[in-house]
Amino acid sequence: MAEQLASEDRTSEVMTVNIGPHHPATHGVLRLVVDLEGEVVKDLKPVIGYVHTGIEKSCEDKSYWKVIPFVERMDYVSYFFQMEAFCGAVERLVELEIPERAKHLRVIFLELNRIHSHLVWLGTTALDLGAISMLWYCFRERDRILDLFEMAAGQRMHTRYFQVGGVIEDIPLGFERKLREFIAEMPVRVEQYQALLDRNEVFLSRTKNTGIVSRERLLELGVTGPLLRAAGEPWDLRKAFDYLAYPKFDFKIPVGTVGDNYDRYRVRVAEMVESTRIIEQALDGLPEGPFIADDRKYVLPPRSELSTSMESLIHHFKLVTEGYRVGPGEIYYAIESPRGELGCFVLADGSAKPARVHFRDPSFVNLQAFKDMSVDSYIADMICSLGMLDPILGGVDR
Amino acid sequence: MPDAAGLELIRGEIEADHAGAVLDTGFEHGRASLAIAPEQALAVLTWLRNSPGHEYGFLSSLHAADYLPAEPRFAVHYELLNRDRVERIRVKALLADPGEDSLPEIDSCCELFPTAEFQEREVFDFFGIVFRGHPDLRRILLPEDYVGWPQRRDFPVGGEPVTFTYNEKNYG
Repeated sequence: MAEQLASEDRTSEVMTVNIGPHHPATHGVLRLVVDLEGEVVKDLKPVIGYVHTGIEKSCEDKSYWKVIPFVERMDYVSYFFQMEAFCGAVERLVELEIPERAKHLRVIFLELNRIHSHLVWLGTTALDLGAISMLWYCFRERDRILDLFEMAAGQRMHTRYFQVGGVIEDIPLGFERKLREFIAEMPVRVEQYQALLDRNEVFLSRTKNTGIVSRERLLELGVTGPLLRAAGEPWDLRKAFDYLAYPKFDFKIPVGTVGDNYDRYRVRVAEMVESTRIIEQALDGLPEGPFIADDRKYVLPPRSELSTSMESLIHHFKLVTEGYRVGPGEIYYAIESPRGELGCFVLADGSAKPARVHFRDPSFVNLQAFKDMSVDSYIADMICSLGMLDPILGGVDR
Repeated sequence: MPDAAGLELIRGEIEADHAGAVLDTGFEHGRASLAIAPEQALAVLTWLRNSPGHEYGFLSSLHAADYLPAEPRFAVHYELLNRDRVERIRVKALLADPGEDSLPEIDSCCELFPTAEFQEREVFDFFGIVFRGHPDLRRILLPEDYVGWPQRRDFPVGGEPVTFTYNEKNYG
């Protein structure tokens, strides 16, 4: 007996701990099954699917324009990106060119959404690391972005603002002034965040040199977005591919050097400032003209025409009841969301409803890198890495 | 993107190494796609990833689609990307439905592209396509005890009863 006790290695006992699905540090309903040796993570399995709602299946039963509000609710923090991925895919399927003004407006709202998404990330992640006041500061600025969304679209979240062909409404009077005020103030705010965090001893010691994954490994795992850029790979679909009005604008791609959690923080914070620069240029160069394409087969006619034009009434009726038909074909359209490559695959079978809508969600793919980030580090660093990974579970589970 | 002529060249080169692998090429909306035989899927993907001058080293997305009523019914899509030339190519492995209770099978590309691990599990979860050699092929988003493959086109929307006690009592 005594011999058996002596041979038992009590220092390396592995304990399996379940974290989540309901835990504030998991940023949603993510469950982690973690093998711990003392406080060191030895193995980790993410268990997902707790908020799976079958959105992709539901989309197959809706006409194209009714799909837009559905897909917005996948990744509920970057809803404009979901809309753009889907609308852009359908526009390419039906080969509908959108007006220049619509391209600029879309860029403005996408970049506002990027700042919004990064603010939610910064606030909640800093909260996880004990910097509680960051949450209030970030959500203060986030609220101003939501005000702008409300002003233009009538909704603070899930706006259904992008339509196939352009945007549903032009920006209202006074919007430009409020937006300019915001983008003038935002870089100052970002400096304030940095002043709070960049020299914070606790924040630095928890983020520096934790969660490092090499650039090559990240590429193998299909990781994109700020995580990849933090590891020193300047890969951004806004620069690589030509979509919307991005080629016209001058902006930089922030990259990191080490690829630790601190670099991930720096990259995202720098991206917020770059986004304000893009918005400013898009606003300065905002062309006059229509905000939505003039193709009556796909786009609702203006309200004013309904009482005077029979043609318009017929088109309106057809579009609202049946929706437009999309000829057989398939497309994969990818854009740069705040979390990486957001791709939308649409298969059309010639009817008024898509035969398949699939989203390649960056959170879902990036989550695979979480094990590499966390194994052989402390469990406290794992929580930090999860925050810096920034998964949105609505997007992971769809 | 490789243009239509470039795509035919790629097809010819693959055919030289793997006869009968490429079934069809498609070029629509400015996007190139190769339809391939499922038995040769891994060979073609390896070729596209490693051949000098092509090097599609990044798998952007792996997803499936159900083309019912067309035959073969399923396709597994691989969206490959060459990041240096910024070129995408879609590879579609066409899979027939073996019918009855057996499931269509294809080789897993997890060794080649580790990013495929979650995505192949998702395809298995929703379409019931089995990936041979996948390290951990389980349902990923749906509950483990779920029966059926809901993204197939013949699976009805809303065809699932909600298990409230009221329903159980009154409708058995």
